[in-house]
Amino acid sequence: MVSETVVDLSRWQFAATALYHFLFVPLTLGLSVLLAVMETVYVVTGREIYKRITKFWLRLFMINFALGVATGITMELQFGMNWSYYSSFVGDTFGTLLAVEGLMAFFMESTFVGLMVFGWDRLSKGKHLVITYLVALGSNLSALWILVANSFMQHPLGAEFNPVTMRMELSSFHALFFNPDAQAKFVHTVLAGYVTAAIFVCGISAFYLLRRRHEDVAQRSFRIAALFGVLGTAGVITLGDALGFIGGHAQPSKLAAMEALWEPEKAPMAFNVVALPSQEEERNLFEVQLPGFLSILVTHSLDGTVPSISEIQEEAKMRIRNGIPAVQAMERLGKDPTDQEALDTFEAHKADVGYGFLVQRYAPGGDLTQITETDIELAAKDSIPEVWIIFWTFRIMVALGLLMLGYFVVAIVLTLSNKLKQSRRFLRFSVWMIPVPFIACEMGWIVAEMGRQPWTVYEILPTWLSVSTHSVTYMVVSLTGFVLLYTTFAIVEMYLMIRSIKKGPEEPDEIELKQRGQLPQTQPATA
Amino acid sequence: MDIYFYLIIIWWLLLGVLLMGLGAMVGTDMGVGTILRYVGRTDAERRVAINIVGPHWDGNQVWFILGGGAIFAAWPLVYATAFSGFYIVMLVLLWSMIVRPLGFEYRSQIKSDAWRNVWDWSLFVSGFIPMLVFGAAVGNVLIGVPFHFDDRMVSYYTGSFIGLFNPYAILCGVVSVSLATHMGACMVLIGSGEQQISQRAKKVAVFSGILALVLLTIGGIWSANLHGFNLVESPAPGVPQTPLHQTVTVEAGGLLKNYRQYPVLWVLPALAYVSLIAGILAIRAERAVFAWWSGVITWIAVIGMVGAAMFPFVMPSISNPSHSLTVWNSGASTLTMSWMLGFTALFMPIIVSYTSWAFYIMRGKVNTQTVESEESY
Repeated sequence: MVSETVVDLSRWQFAATALYHFLFVPLTLGLSVLLAVMETVYVVTGREIYKRITKFWLRLFMINFALGVATGITMELQFGMNWSYYSSFVGDTFGTLLAVEGLMAFFMESTFVGLMVFGWDRLSKGKHLVITYLVALGSNLSALWILVANSFMQHPLGAEFNPVTMRMELSSFHALFFNPDAQAKFVHTVLAGYVTAAIFVCGISAFYLLRRRHEDVAQRSFRIAALFGVLGTAGVITLGDALGFIGGHAQPSKLAAMEALWEPEKAPMAFNVVALPSQEEERNLFEVQLPGFLSILVTHSLDGTVPSISEIQEEAKMRIRNGIPAVQAMERLGKDPTDQEALDTFEAHKADVGYGFLVQRYAPGGDLTQITETDIELAAKDSIPEVWIIFWTFRIMVALGLLMLGYFVVAIVLTLSNKLKQSRRFLRFSVWMIPVPFIACEMGWIVAEMGRQPWTVYEILPTWLSVSTHSVTYMVVSLTGFVLLYTTFAIVEMYLMIRSIKKGPEEPDEIELKQRGQLPQTQPATA
Repeated sequence: MDIYFYLIIIWWLLLGVLLMGLGAMVGTDMGVGTILRYVGRTDAERRVAINIVGPHWDGNQVWFILGGGAIFAAWPLVYATAFSGFYIVMLVLLWSMIVRPLGFEYRSQIKSDAWRNVWDWSLFVSGFIPMLVFGAAVGNVLIGVPFHFDDRMVSYYTGSFIGLFNPYAILCGVVSVSLATHMGACMVLIGSGEQQISQRAKKVAVFSGILALVLLTIGGIWSANLHGFNLVESPAPGVPQTPLHQTVTVEAGGLLKNYRQYPVLWVLPALAYVSLIAGILAIRAERAVFAWWSGVITWIAVIGMVGAAMFPFVMPSISNPSHSLTVWNSGASTLTMSWMLGFTALFMPIIVSYTSWAFYIMRGKVNTQTVESEESY
């Protein structure tokens, strides 16, 4: 049996490294597209200032990009290192998606990013613009495949368990790729990246406007980003709703936790605006409700209902009892793959094999014949994620999303009526908005991933079973190493970012000096 | 069964192609990182060396990422067993590799000797260590790794991490480092517009080429005396199976038994020798591009030598040989291998085309003046 500490440490390590990775990803996703937009304006208008704008944001993009790439390597290797059983169990489907991501997207993004940075003087304007678009396309396609992979964990479609090889195997690539969860999740996540980049650009531009520096670059950047951001935010919220709708039906336990819905209710169900959920007492110690709103939000109707936590737990108990014979049959098949009786038992119970694994955690030495009613009760309780975390991270994400929408509406009005420079309070507020989308993104992932617990692959593979059989020492060593390394990286990155922002875009006279003094062979750029 | 049999063989060959791509493309860049402090004495000289690979290191590194992804997809059991078994070594590899993007991107951001020195060392570490680990991992796989499975296919690694640093594995690691520095030096020679840098790179290229020759010879003699694995009994090849139902024995001095059975395989070590010698001669004749391509051939030969010695094993177990991973029991399903083959057939030519185009666009010499532009590293 795997030690609980190893499971916890593996989870902490994954959470820490994934959340850290996702501090850099949204900005890459969004800024790559914003760069393409800015450069398009440059190529279409031919005005030199838009080249300076593009090059300035490109410099910040690259500082961020380096860490996105670096921390992405960790993600690629971590499944095999810390989640060995998960990897062999679902590698046939999940691994395929990661490999295709490399082939189709990451190769393109990484190859062209070199040309994007180094190719200004070697490529025609048009060709360089195409390269910039390919980088944006690459990073967004990359997100597509990764999110399809994540959606497989949330809602495993397109795979079947093969008792001969004792793992999940691909049954339909079509079903795997066109997972409805993946489509909503992709658009939601990518747009969240666009919003992040928009707020980043608006915030830094506001900083220059406050200091009355680089005003030409700042005002134009702000306007482009604000337009980009308002569309992005509206999209994020719409798709977030769709994702809740689709995900809610695929994962009732996550939805019930998001809404802290402990007991069954009649339609129209009330929405808990705020609540103090208690996992032990299985109720809310305190709640403020909006009557009827939950039905409207999650079923888009007044007479729809969703299952409550107590109903889900009852169903879990049934499925656990049904799943135990499946796991026992699977273990017999491991010894003798030709055991027909075991194969028949497995076929009859295979829908609930995941629930059999779930309760096995309480079986002494993994022996399922010794499972008692108390163990089944405990495992049924496990089938519900930590309610207060899901409830609150979800609400923080939504609240920040609405705040950003409001922010962009004001930003659009001010920039289009040319009142931005005078609105100094709004400019100061803009600088403070920079961390907001990052926090919202992280909250979103906490809802998605902690809300999927206790599973790594929903209702198929429990988290406790997915880990590698490492010692606690190994896990402590690796987690400590990551904390030290990533903290150093964060300090260095922030330092360089702030330094580059303070330095600001190059002014036209600086560029001219450089070209005359040090780059005699370069053609002077056409204004 | 027939289709699955051929898919397995194709994916075994493609695994080799990926490892060769990794060795040649990532190896070159890492080689440049390793020799950076030697070929470049001043900051400007080091910037020349860095900027020779500057536009390409990121794209090349995807060979490594794709290697990980493709093993995950096509050989899930190998990915799961090897990456968790080699845990501490993988950590060292990972930690050194994630410093690399920062070394390239952050080094020139600040004009300070101390700052740039730190990143020079980080580029050295992130070039030297991953190639050492890459070779050492291959060495460990050749002699077998202590692991076994339980009835549900959960893998258990029973060795210590010190055991992964055995002399044979280290020898293989140094072979890989020497090939990387050889090719890195060739790349510096191709791209350097500075006489002094080129002269130092030439020395490195010749030295590491000769070193690789010597070490490969020692490794060959050593390998001839090492134990090998025999697949005595197992489900038929090309039938879906796990490693739980086979019998494998260990045979003293049997590592090269495939060579004894099929002497035609000796063409691979011969190719390694010929290409390395040709590479060294080409360097002396100032033909760096030819030498670099010879290095690619050397990687193909060396990876081929390893594959030929091991087939059908992919990762044998030394503690419980009957649980060894072979090509027949550790691959993905027919459907996954087919889809992956389709994607690879479609995208590999595209990748090769745009990579070549990127090298073509960025062709030409780098010198201490060109690195002063704001885009340079």
